[in-house]
Amino acid sequence: MQRMFALLMPWEFSPVVFAACVLAVTFYLRGVALLKRAGARTGRWRMFSFFLGLLLIYAVLQTYFDYLSQHMFWVHRLQHLVLHHLGPFLITIATPYEAIKTGFPRWQGRGGPIGILLGRIVAGTYATLQNVVVAPLLFVGLIFFWLTPSIHFYAMLSLPLYNAMNWSMALDGLLFWWFCLKPAPSGELPHPGYGVRVAILALIAFPQIVLGCYIFITPRSLYSIYALCGRAWEINPLLDQQIGGLIIWIPASMMSVIGAILALRLWMRDDENRHGGGRLALGIAAKHSSGT
Amino acid sequence: MMTGRRFSMSVRAAIAALALLSVLVAGCGYRQQTWQLANAHGLLPALQFTLTQSDGRTVRAQDFRGKTTVLFFGYTHCPDECPTTLATLARAIKSLGPDADRVRVLFVTVDPARDTSEAMMKYTRLFGPEFVGLRGDPQQLQLLTRRYRVSYGLGPPDASGDYEVTHSNAIFVFDGAGDAVLVGSEANGVQAFIHDLKQLLAA
Repeated sequence: MQRMFALLMPWEFSPVVFAACVLAVTFYLRGVALLKRAGARTGRWRMFSFFLGLLLIYAVLQTYFDYLSQHMFWVHRLQHLVLHHLGPFLITIATPYEAIKTGFPRWQGRGGPIGILLGRIVAGTYATLQNVVVAPLLFVGLIFFWLTPSIHFYAMLSLPLYNAMNWSMALDGLLFWWFCLKPAPSGELPHPGYGVRVAILALIAFPQIVLGCYIFITPRSLYSIYALCGRAWEINPLLDQQIGGLIIWIPASMMSVIGAILALRLWMRDDENRHGGGRLALGIAAKHSSGT
Repeated sequence: MMTGRRFSMSVRAAIAALALLSVLVAGCGYRQQTWQLANAHGLLPALQFTLTQSDGRTVRAQDFRGKTTVLFFGYTHCPDECPTTLATLARAIKSLGPDADRVRVLFVTVDPARDTSEAMMKYTRLFGPEFVGLRGDPQQLQLLTRRYRVSYGLGPPDASGDYEVTHSNAIFVFDGAGDAVLVGSEANGVQAFIHDLKQLLAA
């Protein structure tokens, strides 16, 4: 029992991760309640997906899993699969944006010129990061960047760099999957277009496959840091590396396929909605209010 | 027109992102120039611990200020890695001549149950007077291993009660002020340690 408890406790407690998760849950639940009062129910599956995504991200960062990720290459890859792919994906498909925005406490006044300037900086940064070239380049670039052996060495050695790595993966994951899977506001054209999104999802799979494959087939140890700081348990270093390579190669690129299918579904819905008259629009509206 | 402008903006943004990335990469590579071991300056916290020396005295990191300090985790029953690492360090330190006394090697056992003070004393003596054997209670040990992000684990005991211990092979080097300077392992070879220790002592 005590051992179970120890496994669930953070290896290195991060107040920032804890606060971010608590605030996200608070704003979300508050927003869901406010929306419900206004007559817009949030579906059970959407809520489930949001909480599962958030819980997975929290679990890989703030339990004993984090210790294993620091001391085993393939567990580290699993951690990043959750931080960069699976967790943000689950949160995105729950489309929690409306609820979080509604649940967000309102500021008194507009904050003056500083508030406006800050708003502009945030909006500008967001627009840059959601650019059709920048978003996929950043998504793939971050994977390659942190897996460059010399950089990986320091990222695993230094706690501040380690945190920077994990934060960059989670935040970029949220941005990227939102970029690919955000529904177009009703009556507006989707940006980017759904075709572009599907193409981007297909394109980002290839570098990940090549990288995963390279790590898998390389017959020497690429990442010396795990021998240096000690592995979590006895394992052949090459086997550790190969499993890690496979995780980049297969599940990570599989996420592209799932993402593309969902983008296509959004596309078809949107298309029918636009050209197919009111029948489907009514169907979606009914779906929304019934909460699925 | 519109798409053209949007495209050129995309290209510009992409170039900016690439430039930023390459600056980061270059910045990380730059540090390795003068040292043969990996540079750990600013990446690891300063040396800090409270442990027990083989003569029974409680020692803290501050007690080693003024000395270049080398930190290594291991255990005296270790069949290969610990003795070869400590022997490599002993050779490097011997070649420093009179400067050898300005260096201390802190050998911290991750198996304090078997490594009694006497065992540690006997073991570190094999390598030279610069070697200090340190042991701590589980909490003191864990504070130190967590601080330097190293793992250790005890395997299941065999019929005669012996067990394998897994541990890191990292060698951390701190300057006289206790700040982390370098990190390496026995794999870097004795020449790398001689070069870097000399350079550190000359500074």
